[in-house]
Amino acid sequence: MQVTLTINGRAVSRDVEPRQLLVHFIRDTPGLTGTHWGCDTSNCGACVVLMDGRPIKSCTTLAVMCEGHEIRTVESLEVDGRLDPVQLGFHEMHALHCGFCTPGMLMTSRALLDENPHPSDEEIRTAISGQICRCTGYKNIVAAVRWAAEHQAATRPIEEVQ
Amino acid sequence: MAVIEQEERPIGFGRLKRKEDARFIRGQGTYLDDIRLPGMLHGAILRSPYAHARILSIDTSAALAHPGVAAVITARDLETLGLAWMPTISYDTQAVLAGDKVRFQGQEVAFVIATDEYIARDALPLIDVEYEPLPAVVNARHALDPDAPLIRDDKDGQVDNLASPTWEAGDEAATDRAFAEADTVVTRDLIYPRCHPAPLETCGMIADFDPATGQLDIYNGNQAPNAHRTVYAHVAGLAEHMIRIRCNDIGGGFGNKVPVYPGYVCAIAGSIVAGAPVKWIEDRSENLMSTGFARDYVMHAEMCAKDGKITGLRVDVIADHGAFDSTAQPTKFPAGFFHICCGSYDLKAAHVKVKAVYTNKAPGGVAYRCSFRITEAVYMVERMVNALAMEMGVDEAQLRMRSFISPEQFPYETTTGWTYDSGNYAETLKVAMEIAGYEELRREQAEKRARGELMGIGCAFFTEGVGAGPRKHMDILGLAMNDGADLRVHPSGKAMVSISAQTQGQGHETTFAQIVAEELGIPPEDIEVRHGDTDRTPYGLGTYGSRSTPVSGAAVAVVSRKVRDKARLIAATMLETRAEDLAWEKGRWYVKGDPEKGAMIEEIAAYAYSGDPMPEGLEGGLDAQVIYDPPNLTYPYGAYIAVVDIDPDTAQVRVRRFIAVDDCGVRINPMIVDGQIHGGLAEGVGIALMEVITFDEEGNCLNSSFMDYLIPTALECPDFELGATVTPCPHHPLGAKGVGESPNVGSPPAIVNAVIDALHESHGVTHIDMPCTPARVWAAMQGRPEPPQ
Repeated sequence: MQVTLTINGRAVSRDVEPRQLLVHFIRDTPGLTGTHWGCDTSNCGACVVLMDGRPIKSCTTLAVMCEGHEIRTVESLEVDGRLDPVQLGFHEMHALHCGFCTPGMLMTSRALLDENPHPSDEEIRTAISGQICRCTGYKNIVAAVRWAAEHQAATRPIEEVQ
Repeated sequence: MAVIEQEERPIGFGRLKRKEDARFIRGQGTYLDDIRLPGMLHGAILRSPYAHARILSIDTSAALAHPGVAAVITARDLETLGLAWMPTISYDTQAVLAGDKVRFQGQEVAFVIATDEYIARDALPLIDVEYEPLPAVVNARHALDPDAPLIRDDKDGQVDNLASPTWEAGDEAATDRAFAEADTVVTRDLIYPRCHPAPLETCGMIADFDPATGQLDIYNGNQAPNAHRTVYAHVAGLAEHMIRIRCNDIGGGFGNKVPVYPGYVCAIAGSIVAGAPVKWIEDRSENLMSTGFARDYVMHAEMCAKDGKITGLRVDVIADHGAFDSTAQPTKFPAGFFHICCGSYDLKAAHVKVKAVYTNKAPGGVAYRCSFRITEAVYMVERMVNALAMEMGVDEAQLRMRSFISPEQFPYETTTGWTYDSGNYAETLKVAMEIAGYEELRREQAEKRARGELMGIGCAFFTEGVGAGPRKHMDILGLAMNDGADLRVHPSGKAMVSISAQTQGQGHETTFAQIVAEELGIPPEDIEVRHGDTDRTPYGLGTYGSRSTPVSGAAVAVVSRKVRDKARLIAATMLETRAEDLAWEKGRWYVKGDPEKGAMIEEIAAYAYSGDPMPEGLEGGLDAQVIYDPPNLTYPYGAYIAVVDIDPDTAQVRVRRFIAVDDCGVRINPMIVDGQIHGGLAEGVGIALMEVITFDEEGNCLNSSFMDYLIPTALECPDFELGATVTPCPHHPLGAKGVGESPNVGSPPAIVNAVIDALHESHGVTHIDMPCTPARVWAAMQGRPEPPQ
């Protein structure tokens, strides 16, 4: 069936099977493989994207359920070659190792700071508690989100972190 | 200002932010599933619902008729290709697809290739397999019972479920004497249960066989690309140069991506059969049910003391290897490095026996940051020290202090045959106790106990042996455990170093650039680290067992020094002086006594490639290559202290504080070292409290998804408190030791000791097996410790 949704501000329309998962729909869109799949059961959160500004797990959301909704993925964070504070925070605080959970963690962090610009460490831990990072032990992810909260206006061209 | 700049962007060792971050924070990593080749087909595996059953028939006709299905492969098809069975890393064999019997639930039975992944999975239930169920062997302790069903009837001469003969280390008679002379003896039955590394990215492969050229291109996330290529060359009968393995970004490994899995061979066979690239990626249940698990050691241990010091250790182990022995460990060590179990103590004697059995469970056994069974060894010895302290009525930290190997005893020969390189154990434990505020914690605990609150403090001290290893002692499938490095400084003065270590998130692109930067003075941003491509990297055995820095890191240091030595000869020609009259400062050779006169490394590089004359007998260019053979393992160690609170009503254990002081020698990038420790500690929290793979009596896996295999989140992990001591490794060129596995090795016993400490005085608990789930802790509080599985 035909489904039309907005991904990162761009309308995407496609004929899909009703059973197609949103994570596959997104990943089938050219250039958008930043959203990952990790578990099938809504536990790991590697697939987290924002739907209308709120984090959802795209591995247990059907593409057709998103008709008319706005989806934001990790690829939307960088604007005109300049990075979002949460991206900078993860780099500054060494909040990623293998990088597989990072896109989902970044999107949840972005949504948290949009809603609560000055979260406590407990609020940060609660916000990311639906997601698994197997590498970092979370300590530096908490520090990264705190960094982003303290540097909300920070932005930097990508060249400076390369 | 300049100083700050220097700290932020060190040319050499220091807290350099990672070079690889830029792609990951933008979602531009290239993991296996991100790769799409033209005309690519998709594979899916039909798996056994039974733990043990005879296969009577397989009918694939309905699946083949399903629209979009290109091929269905069974054992019979693989037999014609000679691929029905494959060698394991431990000289056993493993069925690629089951033909005669299935031997564990989740075993591979058929491989479907279709135009997309949904169709491939749709076709799986259309395959009709007729099974005759057989009784399953689930409990390792009953695997050798006379009436136990024979699992490996495929092996000639196999009459029981013994996977490998009993393996021993240490001196039995001396150990008997130590026990006879002892004044205190404790005994415990300990289980290190089966758990799973569960990297967030599951395992998979894209195989692309070109029938015109015979070239096999493989995309795969494995931890040892060169070794895998050699295995495939043997299995498929291809020359190694006809196989290229590319590992791009890998979403975590932790040992789970060391073995060769049947799905990989299926993807290769599928590409040969279908004449197209075939992608196969397992789902989470397949990962948890069929790929390399960890631990599963049943241990009977005794420890003794005399005059207040630990003197002897005796341990008898049953290792559960599952249905096929695919434990990944050096050939001459069938029980891995378990016999390092003397730990950090100056024992009079120790004796170790390990017996391995087959069961109807998934194969594996060495994975999950364990350094070839050192995790099991450290858990056992540190639980026993805790038990001994409890029996003697002394503080466990004090018992350790009294029993440690002292600094002047290094290099220290253990009674089971290891040569520890260096250490100051008492100092490291002291630092951990200071950070923890140990005396204050004990006072707080006494007050809480008086109020009926359950607070526990647990210690663990570990010595690891990492960086396998010396070629005279260690090989895997006959391949020496050495690593190569190839360094080229280009005419511009920028450099490229190719390594055989394989990052799965450890930050190699940064750390290895820092090693070259430290040795040559080239800024790390100008050094490209190349890895993960067998066509473009030197031979070596990859990344597991914390071996990247001890082996590959040493290789990069040595190759950098070779380049520096060559640069010296060239600089002498450039400066019209003798090489021995030159001195080195980072990035520059200069004339002794005339420091203004010198040549920068980039000037030397430009000269080396120019038309100007080279020194007599020296070839142009500025490059070198080495294969590094480590003279010994490196022996990192650490002191860990856990503080737990237990809810008396729900028996929920919460790790309130965790203090980890690691000594891994010289730290190349302390930020990355700390990050590795954080990650391993989180895994330790999971293993101690949550993570376990269990089976019912029929061999059904009860933890086959993340709904049942529980991994700690940010809410279960405390805000880890780290400290460091630095005792350089005397034989590593940089003084560095490995570190990745240490936190996973050291943390579970600290947490379990803390749980017991919380419950001992009030509830009489002297032992509890992992994971310390609320149900298990509650049962222990009621005086009903759960029987071991």
